[in-house]
Amino acid sequence: MNMTTRWLGMELKNPFVPSASPLSRSLDAAKQLEDAGAGAIVMYSLFEEAVQAEEEGMTRFLHHQETGHAEADSYLPSNQDFPGELDRYLEQIAALKATLDIPVVASLNGVTASGWMTHAKEVTDAGADALELNAYYVAGDVWEEGHYVEQRYITLLKELREHVAIPINMKLSPFFSSIGNMVKKLEAAGVSGVSLFNRFYQPDIDVDGMRLRHALTPTRPSDALLSMRWIAILRGRVDCSLGATGGVYSAEDAIKLLLAGTDVVHLCHALLQHGPQLLAKVIADLAAWMEHQGFESLNDFRGHLSQASVLDPSDYERLNYIRVLSSYSSPDGVWR
Amino acid sequence: MIPTQITIDGNEAAARIAHLTNEVIAIYPITPASPMGEWADDWSATGVRNLWDTVPQVIEMQSEAGAAGAIHGALQAGALATSFTASQGLLLMIPNMYKIAGELTPTVLHVAARSLAVQALSIFGDHSDVMACRATGYAMLCSASVQEVQDFALIAQAATLAARIPFLHFFDGFRTSHEVDKISQIDADTVRALIDEDLVIAHRLRALTPDRPVLRGSSQNPDAYFQGRESVNNYYAKLPAILEGVMQRFGELTGRRYGVFEYLGASDAERVVVLMGSGIGAAEEAVETLVARGERVGLVKVRLYRPFSPAHLLAALPGSVRAVAVLDRTKEPGADGEPLYKDVLGALAQAHADGERAQMPRVIGGRFGLSSKEFTPGMVAGVYAELARDRPKNHFTIGIHDDVSHTSLDWDQGFTPDAAQGVTRCLFYGLGSDGTVSANKNSIKIIGESTELQVQGYFQYDSKKAGAVTVSHLRFGDQPIRSTYLIGKDEAQFVACHQPNFLTRYAMLANAAQGATFLLNSPVSADALWDSLPRSVQQQMIDKRLKFYAIDAYGIAQRTDMGRRINTIMQACFFAITRVIDPQLAMQAIKAMVEKTYGKKGRRLLQRNFAAIDQALAGLHEVAVPARLTSNIEMPPVVAANAPDFVQTVTATLIAGRGDSLPVSAMSADGTWPLGTAAYEKRQLALEIPHWEIDLCTHCGKCPLACPHAAIRSKVFDEGLAANAPAGFLHTAVKGGKDFPPGTRISYQVAPDDCTGCGQCVEICPIRDKKDPQRKALNMVPIEARRAVEQANWDFFLGLPEFDRTRLKETTLKGAMIMQPLFEFSGACVGCGETPYIKLATQLFGDRMLIANATGCSSIYGGNLPTTPYTTNPEGRGPAWNNSLFEDNAEFGLGMRIAIDKQAEHARELLGELAGEIGEPLVDAILSAEQHSEAEIFEQRARVDELNKKLAGIDRLAAKTLGGIAGYLVKKSVWLIGGDGWAYDIGYGGVDHVLASGRNVNILVLDTEVYSNTGGQTSKATPLGAVAKFSAGGKPVVKKDLAMMAMAYGNVYVAQVAYGAKDVQVLRAFLEAESYDGPSLIIAYSPCIAHGIDLANNLRQQDLAVNAGHWGLFRYDPRKVAEGENPLHLDSKEPSIPYRDFAMTETRFAVLERTHPDAAHRFMQAAQHQTRAKFHLYEQLAKLAVGETPVGESGNEP
Repeated sequence: MNMTTRWLGMELKNPFVPSASPLSRSLDAAKQLEDAGAGAIVMYSLFEEAVQAEEEGMTRFLHHQETGHAEADSYLPSNQDFPGELDRYLEQIAALKATLDIPVVASLNGVTASGWMTHAKEVTDAGADALELNAYYVAGDVWEEGHYVEQRYITLLKELREHVAIPINMKLSPFFSSIGNMVKKLEAAGVSGVSLFNRFYQPDIDVDGMRLRHALTPTRPSDALLSMRWIAILRGRVDCSLGATGGVYSAEDAIKLLLAGTDVVHLCHALLQHGPQLLAKVIADLAAWMEHQGFESLNDFRGHLSQASVLDPSDYERLNYIRVLSSYSSPDGVWR
Repeated sequence: MIPTQITIDGNEAAARIAHLTNEVIAIYPITPASPMGEWADDWSATGVRNLWDTVPQVIEMQSEAGAAGAIHGALQAGALATSFTASQGLLLMIPNMYKIAGELTPTVLHVAARSLAVQALSIFGDHSDVMACRATGYAMLCSASVQEVQDFALIAQAATLAARIPFLHFFDGFRTSHEVDKISQIDADTVRALIDEDLVIAHRLRALTPDRPVLRGSSQNPDAYFQGRESVNNYYAKLPAILEGVMQRFGELTGRRYGVFEYLGASDAERVVVLMGSGIGAAEEAVETLVARGERVGLVKVRLYRPFSPAHLLAALPGSVRAVAVLDRTKEPGADGEPLYKDVLGALAQAHADGERAQMPRVIGGRFGLSSKEFTPGMVAGVYAELARDRPKNHFTIGIHDDVSHTSLDWDQGFTPDAAQGVTRCLFYGLGSDGTVSANKNSIKIIGESTELQVQGYFQYDSKKAGAVTVSHLRFGDQPIRSTYLIGKDEAQFVACHQPNFLTRYAMLANAAQGATFLLNSPVSADALWDSLPRSVQQQMIDKRLKFYAIDAYGIAQRTDMGRRINTIMQACFFAITRVIDPQLAMQAIKAMVEKTYGKKGRRLLQRNFAAIDQALAGLHEVAVPARLTSNIEMPPVVAANAPDFVQTVTATLIAGRGDSLPVSAMSADGTWPLGTAAYEKRQLALEIPHWEIDLCTHCGKCPLACPHAAIRSKVFDEGLAANAPAGFLHTAVKGGKDFPPGTRISYQVAPDDCTGCGQCVEICPIRDKKDPQRKALNMVPIEARRAVEQANWDFFLGLPEFDRTRLKETTLKGAMIMQPLFEFSGACVGCGETPYIKLATQLFGDRMLIANATGCSSIYGGNLPTTPYTTNPEGRGPAWNNSLFEDNAEFGLGMRIAIDKQAEHARELLGELAGEIGEPLVDAILSAEQHSEAEIFEQRARVDELNKKLAGIDRLAAKTLGGIAGYLVKKSVWLIGGDGWAYDIGYGGVDHVLASGRNVNILVLDTEVYSNTGGQTSKATPLGAVAKFSAGGKPVVKKDLAMMAMAYGNVYVAQVAYGAKDVQVLRAFLEAESYDGPSLIIAYSPCIAHGIDLANNLRQQDLAVNAGHWGLFRYDPRKVAEGENPLHLDSKEPSIPYRDFAMTETRFAVLERTHPDAAHRFMQAAQHQTRAKFHLYEQLAKLAVGETPVGESGNEP
């Protein structure tokens, strides 16, 4: 069975790419993912804010502890040098590269260009095969027009492109007026691939304390449908790689996305919940399904249900909305 | 080989040699010696090896007594072992020192010599502590400079091995321990050449080992002991010569030559001064100047004080000497002279009597420099002038004005030593938190290490923790700098003021020399700057023809994202103006220093710092000094005009930094000081203050509870009293009116000049405007627009009468918070987590409270001059406070309790005896009074007042006696307050004993989980995995469960509280603890800057600690057992968040993930498990049935 796929110009043994998660913090877990069959791995995200907060915090609490009191000019031992957030990330890239045979993709999460330029170069130097840019920008300013928001992404990408030779993948949110057009613009700016979609972590409200509560809610299989639609729409209409992310828990979820036309399928919460071994099962199930269907390679069915391929393209547009409403019923199981 | 020049302080110099030449180091923190232990621990933690290529073992002990014991054991077991200490710590070591010396054990103890606690504690330098060790049998070697500290540390180590007599190597606390100098580093080869390996092996061969067993430490009888004591004489007799030999060898190796005694001055000197320690520097400058002027004077420098070698002294002293003044940096009350004086006098007298010295010079003795009191060349010249008199004054003092016993000598304050020429002197006034000191330490290093110049840095710190002011004294020149005194009046060629508001507080330009340069950080534009200066500053600038530079450092810091960090900006300006080294090179050096500081950790911060440095040069501008005065801004009075006389004369002088000018008569002879003085020290630290929104407020009382400085208060009063209120005074009808008479108003008022702006009051405020959630019932607002209004409001608020305590519901926060705090405006840190507990106790019990306060943060913000936060109520009652020591506080407090109980018992006996004359009804009423409630206590006070009136009319001794102790018939509340260093470590034995005593004391442990006051060293309260000093790799064992240990007694009231998590529980615990007629222990969680948190988050951190199970809340009340209930009541729930979620919000835990990630991971997992297991254990205990095992259920019954 040939499951190879091309993604960001790289040949992967299969389309399953664990997305940014804490699993890549551990060499053991990363190795387990590789052993379970991962085609490549996206590292945990290096957050711009984390680097900044660490610098600020350590400066304040380790390097500027003095209060002017005669009995103490510091309160915590501060003589030890230690690698900062960025350095630990670079060390982990190198360690993963040394441990794994599959491609390692570094992930940067931020919204400003300034901080990332040097970081991106160092990430390249550390051996990353590609760079994923997770531009986590919530357009909360009601006076900021949509095209300015888009321009942020494009500017960021262009600047990075100038500094980085390795492929750049952009993980996008679904909150663009015209996603397809946005991807075309990014393509023009030099993006090697896009992953659809990242999720903005949503704050919740604690009604007892009457305050915001920050908690991480896992994706659901239904989340994959949003990716599936846009992959289907973009398949054949853009040249860059397509990745589907969010809500993939089973081979069935992956098959849908492949049918829609994705090059790779990202998994995150499913692996966190069920462990790296889930990946082996998904791959085996895909192989079984392909065998059952008589497919020998991914290309035999990839994109068969893309918008360009389906009989009625409007199925992926507004008509779909009407059909969903008429068929809605409560979902089963744990997600209720 | 040219020796490496390094720029370090005395503590580091001693620690380097100690770490290099030892293998076991037992440490315990005490100012000013703590940094030696910290260096040693740090080096061992990072794998720095000693001379024998092995990493010394560093162990922190529970006290200095423990450290001495551990050293004794280590030495007996054959190791090379050392320790560091000072002051009371050294006293605690004395018993072991006798043992170590008695067993002829080679070791060196390094001491940063410090005053002893007498009429008061003092952290500063003198020889009181080391002089108390004269009889221990230790050799005593004294260093006078940083270079000597390093050299003598090694010389002592080599000599002790050869002589087998232990050495106490000491140097002056702060003046030498903290002075930064450029010195020649001793390399390892020199150390190797001086330490005789055969002697090391010989020491090891004397070790206790079962392979060659011997017995030491025997118990001897009259037949043997005396002879045994005399058996060591030859060892002591040989030591001076051994030391001399080591010094000679050292001189050959390094070129630096020392003697047992050294002489400097005219070869035909008639007048000689003898002294030891850092004062030698000032004395050398004076002698050289006077000799150059033709005076026949000289100086004997004492190096080896014990064993005292008269032969070496006499050899050093020219035969021409007619008069000798011996200066002691200690005081021995009752003796007819201090120790060094007596030794010198004895040596000379003996030599004269033995015919070895034909002429007996006149010998006088005097005291100088106690508690780091300034000692200048002018003072030395004053002593020489006294020696020139026909009948010079003996037992004199120099450096103070003694108008009581008239011991003091006069001196010429304008005396300038010749050595001052060619030395550049610079002064920097900064805030403790603005980085001025660290920047100046860097500057000293840059100058010292990149030029041939000699450098010296000395730093004056503050006794306050919030808004501390620092003064940096920097000198540099071509010759070694021996000026062991501050840069004084008219001496500084460069004065920098890093905080614009200091101009109206400190007369800093009084220290500027003619033609000096003045650098001011000010946001005022160049054209308006001159007019913005106080008139006196303008006057001095004109009179002294100062050059004036200005920079808007805060503006630049803000523009370069540096926040309020201005240190590198001001440092760049210093180099640009003074050009002490090429400014270009200086900027590169500053940047290199910044790079070294941040290492890999902060690349962007590097860029910001670099940008700030570059912009500093662009923003620095010279301002023309006009020839005429334009300002009408006067220096404000130090304290308000209505302050009491004592405050006006004494306290204000201390606050203004002119305390040196106070005469002896201004001081109480027994260390007694009045309360309520902090209220006069208006420090104006806040940039923002809380503003009360009366429409939203529910009068819950949380804000006064949380305020660490008692700067926001609530008061209820009759509406009629509001008639004369200032226009801006806010008050409203009190809610919950049934507890108050109709027409009662309430006000929440801030003290604008005492608030520190920490925002805790706003943080704890639970009420938000539903229409505008940003608006709470309290909100921080910029102070400047509000200051005048709130000052008037505060004055009016203070004038309102206190509400009748007997009518307040103290069990509610609202009621309790209306009670007057008798602890206010302390110098504790902004946002301090300790002080709200003390304040609460004073609100509830302050008018009948005695406090025994262990040494530590709470004794410093509680009782460090110039002022005290403890105060009195309108009747003049308030907490009576004393600090005995660090280690004995529980016993000290218990003593108070016993004294009170005894005197109360005696009073009751006398009441019985005098009942006929006093009247039975009154006596019965007094004797049967319950005194449980405020009202009952009030009534008892009234009865005792009546009793006193009656006693005045009874002419009997019993009546007179009763009159003296009748006050004890009113209930007294005894509080033993201290930190975890005291209760868990050094004072635990006492705490345990007091708990076991069953006596009615209340122990309040302010648990910051480290030794906060001395800089965050590990205690047994430090949690698992937390980084602290002495635990750089994370504390490997769990926090001691003090509560559980206390509960094991069964008759101790125990509570664990955290006001930021559950404030009402805290109130309940305090009331229950105090009402319990037995020992009570309250362990209070106290977030601290040592946790690596912003104390703005103090309350959040308490909440997280409780929710993560790190800090369980509970109360254990033994009274419940009698009611058939389980005495333990849990007040917090099962941990609801992962331990890590709490820990990672604090740098003390988070930094370990960076430095030791594997250990951090392991500790976090263990802590998670341990917190849950501990909760489970407590939960089970709280559910246990109480009482004895019912018959038939024990399994043993038939």
